[in-house]
Amino acid sequence: MRLISWTLLTWVALSATSGWAQEKKNSPELLVAAAADLSAALQEVGDRYEKKTGAHLKLSFGASGALTQQIQNGAPFDLFFSADMDYPRQLIAAGAADQSSLYQYAVGKLVLWVPADSPLDLDHAGMNVLLNPSVKKIAVANPQHAPYGRAAVAALKHAGMYDRVADRLVLGENVSQAAQFVESGNAQAGFVALAHAVAPAMRGKGKYWEVPADFYPPLAQGVVILSHSQHKKEAAELLEYIKTKEAAELLQKFGFTLPQN
Amino acid sequence: MAIDWQAFWLTLQLAITVSAVLLVLGLPIAYWIAFSRWRWKFLLEAVVALPIVLPPTVLGFYVLVALGPRSPLGRWWIALTGHTLAFTFSGLVIGSILYSLPFAVQPFAASFAGVDRKLIAASATLGASPLRSFFSITLPLSIPGLITGTALSFAHTMGEFGVVLMVGGNIPGVTRTVSIDIFDRVQASDYATANETALLLLAFSFAVLAVVYGMNRKPWLIGPVK
Repeated sequence: MRLISWTLLTWVALSATSGWAQEKKNSPELLVAAAADLSAALQEVGDRYEKKTGAHLKLSFGASGALTQQIQNGAPFDLFFSADMDYPRQLIAAGAADQSSLYQYAVGKLVLWVPADSPLDLDHAGMNVLLNPSVKKIAVANPQHAPYGRAAVAALKHAGMYDRVADRLVLGENVSQAAQFVESGNAQAGFVALAHAVAPAMRGKGKYWEVPADFYPPLAQGVVILSHSQHKKEAAELLEYIKTKEAAELLQKFGFTLPQN
Repeated sequence: MAIDWQAFWLTLQLAITVSAVLLVLGLPIAYWIAFSRWRWKFLLEAVVALPIVLPPTVLGFYVLVALGPRSPLGRWWIALTGHTLAFTFSGLVIGSILYSLPFAVQPFAASFAGVDRKLIAASATLGASPLRSFFSITLPLSIPGLITGTALSFAHTMGEFGVVLMVGGNIPGVTRTVSIDIFDRVQASDYATANETALLLLAFSFAVLAVVYGMNRKPWLIGPVK
């Protein structure tokens, strides 16, 4: 009994002082909404930034369309990293984001991904492996609200294959869920972000084939500071960091290409 | 855009299948819970009640991974049926049966336990087998509970979302249920259709529950005279 009360007392004391310490530090938490293709890359960029500046980032990942919905309905994010340029522009038009902050931070790449033990020969057949009868389900992100889903559908249409595989498509809520469907073996192939295929957690678990860039409209990805943000100064500082060579190199490591400027 | 009637029809099929299976499957489980004197019985009761407290993501995760093609159980299922549990109607049925189990079994068991034991004992002294006693005494006296359990599992399946989102793959006519359809419309800013669909589901669910509670209020309408 005494032990329990001592533990409790210590815990209360500890949490009180740590709360006080956090307040004293006086660096606000930045809430960042980010497209699902950034789930590994932005984590690393964020870690680096936090260590450098002592800032606090809280990252939320989801389909860009879904996040846009949440922001329009008052989600308290400070910054939004989209997987395209349209959703940020939509938010600017709705008065929910600052026009002047819009910055294209990367161009994403779409890849066709199969599990490592798959017999499909991606290197030679490319997208044609999808016509193989052993491919029963093909995972894509939901094109209704995920840019990578739209890119996948565009690429299939460009290759003239969409109608032949449409009844085998399964939709992930976002591109991460599409990747998960393949990783768990439930789908035999899937269109995911190159950033997923090269992420440490996925490396070695699968093989990928880069969909040629002219098969789908470029996945130019934009970031904006949101109008409701209470921490615009800190958000702008993070945005400045994203523009540095260091952050750009990190993004490149995850398969993003950089905007031509 | 218009209401997706295909999604409605699919959801209705799912709910009917699941509540029918649970009616058959739930009876013996409920009977055992109501009448067993095994000292560890509470363990099974806890297992049956698990889906009430577990998030659907736990169940969805297991269907994807533990019953997926990377597990022995999943491989056995694929050898048997030729496809994975995920992304199929039968996958949704199995997930929903697990997820709605307590909504059927608990009302069943409660009504079995509420039957006057003297009647069952009298039936036994008149030479009826336990099975005959069950069908001529226990079951007819438990009809209100059976209706409640079946209706609740039906309505609960109609409104299921998390498991379907995780394992369904959003295939029109196969796994795109009404709740997923509403979610998609909201994400795509189609509030008008989301609203119509949501209202329809609301009215339907209310009607089902109102009928059930209305019937239970007047047991003489459907049950035996008390």
